[in-house]
Amino acid sequence: MTAYILKRIIYTVPIVFGVALIMFSLFHLVGGDPTYQMLGKHADAKMIADLRSELGLDQSYFNQFLLYLKQIMTFDFGRSFSTRQKISEMILSGLTPSFSLALLGFCLTLVLSLVIAMISAYFRGKVIDKVVVVFCVLGMSISALAYILFGQYFLAYKMGWFPISGYESEMPYRLQYLIMPALIWVAVSVGVDVRFFRTALLDEVYQDYVRTARAKGLSDFFVFFKHVLKNSLIPIITYLVIQIPFLMLGSFLLESFFGIPGIGNMTIDAINNSDFPVLKAIATVMSLMVIFFNLLTDLLYTVVDPRVRLK
Amino acid sequence: MKPESSSVGKSLWAEAFDRMKKQRLTVLSFLIVILYSFMALGSYFELIASPWDVSLGESYGKPSFDQISSIFGFDIFGRSVLYKAIHGAQVAMTIGLISSLLSVFIGTFLGAIAGYFGGWIDDLIVWLYTTFASIPYIMLLIAVAFVLEKGIFSICVAIAATSWVGLCRMVRAEFVKHKEREYVLAARSIGASHAARMFKHILPNVFHQVIINFSIQFQSAIKSEVILSYLGLGVQDMPSWGIMIDDSKLELARGVWWQLSAATLFMMFLVLAFNLLGDSLRDSLDPKLRSN
Repeated sequence: MTAYILKRIIYTVPIVFGVALIMFSLFHLVGGDPTYQMLGKHADAKMIADLRSELGLDQSYFNQFLLYLKQIMTFDFGRSFSTRQKISEMILSGLTPSFSLALLGFCLTLVLSLVIAMISAYFRGKVIDKVVVVFCVLGMSISALAYILFGQYFLAYKMGWFPISGYESEMPYRLQYLIMPALIWVAVSVGVDVRFFRTALLDEVYQDYVRTARAKGLSDFFVFFKHVLKNSLIPIITYLVIQIPFLMLGSFLLESFFGIPGIGNMTIDAINNSDFPVLKAIATVMSLMVIFFNLLTDLLYTVVDPRVRLK
Repeated sequence: MKPESSSVGKSLWAEAFDRMKKQRLTVLSFLIVILYSFMALGSYFELIASPWDVSLGESYGKPSFDQISSIFGFDIFGRSVLYKAIHGAQVAMTIGLISSLLSVFIGTFLGAIAGYFGGWIDDLIVWLYTTFASIPYIMLLIAVAFVLEKGIFSICVAIAATSWVGLCRMVRAEFVKHKEREYVLAARSIGASHAARMFKHILPNVFHQVIINFSIQFQSAIKSEVILSYLGLGVQDMPSWGIMIDDSKLELARGVWWQLSAATLFMMFLVLAFNLLGDSLRDSLDPKLRSN
C-alpha cells in the first residue's frame, strides 16, 4: 500500500509539469507580447521596456519558464498589474468567499436533487417521473446567465427579498448575501444532478437482487430504501467527490453578478483589465488545487476500498 | 463482412434509426435542428429577418404583434430583437458545428492511437489528457480565448481545445478492449494495415460513442459561447445570443425584458433539441439495450 501511495504521489509531478507547460505556452508563446495590450495605446518605449523587465519578458523562453516554475514552487506570483497587490495574497483572500458560496450551493443542490431523484425513481414510468425528467432537460437547456439575470431581477429587485448584490464576511450576515446566489446555483445545477442520481438509482432497481427481495415478500418501499438506495450510493458518492476540487473555484458568473469578492470575481476583473499575471496565477493555482484534491481522494479511496490498490 | 449485409437482422444503425423514428420527441428535436440550420443559412444570405442592423422601430419599443419585426420588441437602437435572435442562430450553429467537429476529431484520433498502439504513445496521451483534465474547464476556456485573437474561429478553437478529454478517454478504453478481439486479429492475418484495422475495423464499433458525444458537445459549445460573450471574449460585430443576454443585464432594471427573453428562448429550444437527440441516440445505439 505504501508503494501504491508513493507511486501515486510521484505521478503528480509530471501532471504539475504538464499544467505549467500548457499555461506557459498559452500565455507566453500563443499569447505573444502582452505589454501593448496591458499598457494601452499611450505607452512610450520606456514604459514598455520597464514592464517587460518586470514580467521577465526580456529573457529567453527557457529562463522565463524557469522563472514561472520558481513562482509555482514559492507561491509568489509577483504583483497584480492593475491593483499592484500581491497576487498570492489576493488568491488567499478570495478562497473563503468562493468556497462559502460553493459549499452552500453544493449542499442545497445535493439535498434537493437527491429527494427529487428518489421520488422520481420510486415512481418510475409514472406521470410524476416523466414530469421530473422533462423539467430536468428543460432546466439544463437554459443559460446560466439567464437564471442569474431573471433571478436577480425578480427575487432581489422586484420582490426585495434579498440584497441585490454585495458581501459581508461577518457570519450571520454572510448568509444573507449568499442565499440568493446559492439558490440560483441550485437552479442551474439541479437538473444535471437529478438526472444523474435518477439513473444511478434506476441502474439498481432492475438488478436481480431487487427481484429476489420482492419475491421473498418485502415491500416495494422497504426494498427501495433499504437495498436500492444503499447500493446506488457508490456511484453517487464518487460523482460528488469528483466535484469537490471544483468547489474551490466557486462560480465565476455568480460571483461577478453578486459582487462576491471570490476567485471568480477576481478572474473576471483580470480579464477586463488585461491583467495577464493575475490570470496566469489563478489558472495555475486552481489547476494545482484540482491535482491536489484528486490525489487526496484517490488516496482516501485506497484506504476505504482495497480493490483499488490491486489494480 | 459489412454489418449491413448481416443475415441476422438489421444493422445497429438501421435499427437505431427505426427506433428513433417512432419517438415523436426525437423527430421533433431533429426538425428543430433543421429549422435552426435554415434560420442560420437564410439569415446569412439575407433571405429572412433582414436587415437586422437598421433601426426599424423606436428605442426599447415594446413587443407587439403589429408586424413581424416587433414580436420581441426593439433594442436600444431600435433594431428588431426578433431579427437579431434569428441572426444569432448563425453564430450558434457555426460555433456548435465547428467546435464539436474539431473536438470530436481530436478526441477520437488521440484516443484511437493511444488505445491501439499502447506503450509510450499511450503514456504520452494519457499524460496529456490527465493534464488537461486537471485544469478547470472554465479557466482553460477563458485562458485560450483570452490569448487568441478575438473572433469566431478562436472561440471554436478554445471550446474544442477544452472539450476533447471525455471522448478521448472513452475511445481509448474501447480501443484497448477491441484491439485483441478476434475480428481485429482476423483482419491482421489477412494483411490489414494498422490504419485499416484502427479506422476501418475498430472505429465503426466505437462510432456510436462519437455520435452521442457530438450531440452533447454541440449544445455545450452553444452554452460556452454565451459565457464567453458575457466575459467580452466572444464574437464581435455579429448578433449572438450571448451578446444579447450580456446587453440585457443593464436593461432589466428599466423593465426591458424582451431581449433577454428572446435570446434565452431561442437558445433554449436549440439546446433542448440537442439534449433530447443525445438522450435518444444513447438509448437507441446502446448495444446493451438491443436484446430487450
